[in-house]
Amino acid sequence: MQLSRDDLLEAYRKMRMIREFEDAVHEEFSAGNIPGFVHLYAGEEASGVGVCMHLDDRDAIASTHRGHGHCIAKNCDERAMMFEIFGRKEGLCGGKGGSMHIADMSKGMMGANGIVGGGPPLICGAALSAKYLKTGGVAIAFVGDGASNQGTTFESYNLAKVWNLPAIFVVEDNGYAESTASKWSVAGSQVDRAKGFGMPSYDVDGHDFFAVWEAAREAIERARNDGGPSLIHSRLNRYYGHFEGDAISYKAPGEIEKVKAEKDAIMLFRNRVSEAGLLDGPAMDAVDKACRERIAQVLAEAKAGAMPTEADLLTDVYTSAY
Amino acid sequence: MPKKTYRQAINEALRQEMERDHRVILMGEDISGGMGAPGEQDAWGGPLGVTKGIMPVFTRDRVLDTPITESAFIGAAAGAAATGLRPVAELMFVDFMGVCFDQIFNQAAKFKYMFGGKAVTPLTIRTMYGAGFRAASQHSQCLYPLFTHIPGLKVALPSNAYEAKGLLATAIRDDDPVMFFEHKAMYDDEAEVPDEAYTIPFGEANVTREGDDVTIIAFGRMVNFANEAADNLEKSGISCTVVDPRTTSPLDRDTILETCEETGRVVVVDEAHPRCNMATDIAAMCAQEIFGALKAPVKMVTGYHCPVPFSPALEDLYVPNAAKIEAAVREVAGKGH
Ligand SMILES: Cc1ncc(C[n+]2csc(CCOP(=O)(O)OP(=O)(O)O)c2C)c(N)n1
Ligand SMILES: [Mg+2]
Repeated sequence: MQLSRDDLLEAYRKMRMIREFEDAVHEEFSAGNIPGFVHLYAGEEASGVGVCMHLDDRDAIASTHRGHGHCIAKNCDERAMMFEIFGRKEGLCGGKGGSMHIADMSKGMMGANGIVGGGPPLICGAALSAKYLKTGGVAIAFVGDGASNQGTTFESYNLAKVWNLPAIFVVEDNGYAESTASKWSVAGSQVDRAKGFGMPSYDVDGHDFFAVWEAAREAIERARNDGGPSLIHSRLNRYYGHFEGDAISYKAPGEIEKVKAEKDAIMLFRNRVSEAGLLDGPAMDAVDKACRERIAQVLAEAKAGAMPTEADLLTDVYTSAY
Repeated sequence: MPKKTYRQAINEALRQEMERDHRVILMGEDISGGMGAPGEQDAWGGPLGVTKGIMPVFTRDRVLDTPITESAFIGAAAGAAATGLRPVAELMFVDFMGVCFDQIFNQAAKFKYMFGGKAVTPLTIRTMYGAGFRAASQHSQCLYPLFTHIPGLKVALPSNAYEAKGLLATAIRDDDPVMFFEHKAMYDDEAEVPDEAYTIPFGEANVTREGDDVTIIAFGRMVNFANEAADNLEKSGISCTVVDPRTTSPLDRDTILETCEETGRVVVVDEAHPRCNMATDIAAMCAQEIFGALKAPVKMVTGYHCPVPFSPALEDLYVPNAAKIEAAVREVAGKGH
């Protein structure tokens, strides 16, 4: 399988859309316009997009609290996402979930998650559904380095293996869980952990779209062919704080700037496709402009959107009458 | 007396108890922060800075940052408590009990009884609860009724900074497992708090207002709204008694029943969901014990039977407030036989 020009443009568009989305949310949060807890994915774009480029609507993903990027990568509508983050009625979840619970089941996006380690067990279930119903679908859990230490995550590795599920665990290791370094909190290594469960594993530079894409291609193909679960350790960095408002004093001075200068996912992608003559600068500049305009537009609309009302408070608790 | 925030009061109680007893240790996720990181140490002090400044004084030997493994470290705190330490574990948000509840309710809570009295588990679990923070469905719950349901656990709900410092000292010195609930919307609220250490006994309610017409029983943050409502109602000639039970387990049944019996009109304010919560518990007590003295049906002001919504427009509807309490009081004051 090869990436066509259209695929490359789409991958680039998604990464840029995520970056624009997150930068806009960062500014709006800083200006006091967005309530609640907001965790941004800027810097990590190549990972979510590199994996989700292989997926379609029959495939499920479970995200984390840092979910906006996974949403966009899995084709959620950025307008409805922005409305959701502003708590508006037209939001993807009617304003009931917000940034931490943004979801679109119709797109196979099983939700950002407020519970660290909440996703991997769910993904075993989604993989079971796909296997049982013979949809050909796979299920992907995005797992932070912090979440990789939860019992739920280890239990899911084991269950996925013994049930031979079409599940893939993508450990997005951005070096920190809140202010705690993963080199301290993670005993052993992610790939050795996978080996311990008899799962094939990959260690990739998560800034490099092509490295992620290639590992995901193999793991997903294996899963679709009843070859069972795999783990991808994706090493990357986040550009903003753990959550908006975090002073990031635990990082070394210059740590983020250095990554931005040397390993920025979008920069690496542009360099790579330009050098290989796959996409030209103007084509990507046009994508940049379109994404910027789209985000400016959905932002303005979301800010003007109507709030839910009292009539919405007690709906959606149950499916049948209560 | 110096004014201190709820945050400062809790921080001070922890320090003083650690000074007092070397067996008191702290553990939790990012309770100091910067573990293994190249930058600032003690960078966080928990997500809202409540434990900041303690690690530099007491060292990482006594302030243990943990990986994100609630089941393991809450269980470790229970095990350490049963074997000679007096751990204060921080369960960042009580909503995360889902990850570690077994270690609390099947293990720590039951050692004493199951082992025929031959276990002592001086464990304190500090945890954040409550709505009003735009923190959505998995970071806004109350859940103290679930813990109150479990024999062997004690449950404290400090309603202001003064209460927080005294009740936390009691929790840490207590030989049973205690769930200590801190309302996340109250950390900046100030009250007069003595510098020296003091304790507030469990199971002794605090009567914050005395009145003749209606008794309001309120829990945690709701005590402040109840006081506000009572002060407003006073102006229109309705005088209220307000009772802060301080702990839901043990529960000061005597004070609650006496004050309810005196007025015969009862409003219970509980931020938790309305089913099987503290409000239903108090209402049942009144029906059972002082039925003859009741002049009107017991009225409950609670959250709703839905997850806590994110949107500010919905969350503001969800959370009880002084206006809702006032309306409830007027309703029971106007009813009767
Ligand atoms: C069960 C549970 N424990 C703790 C938290 C608080 N918390 C939210 S995000 C986070 C750090 C997660 O780190 P990681 O998994 O590495 O993801 P990252 O934030 O780096 O993307 C913590 C401790 C939570 N939400 N749920
Ligand atoms: Mg991380």
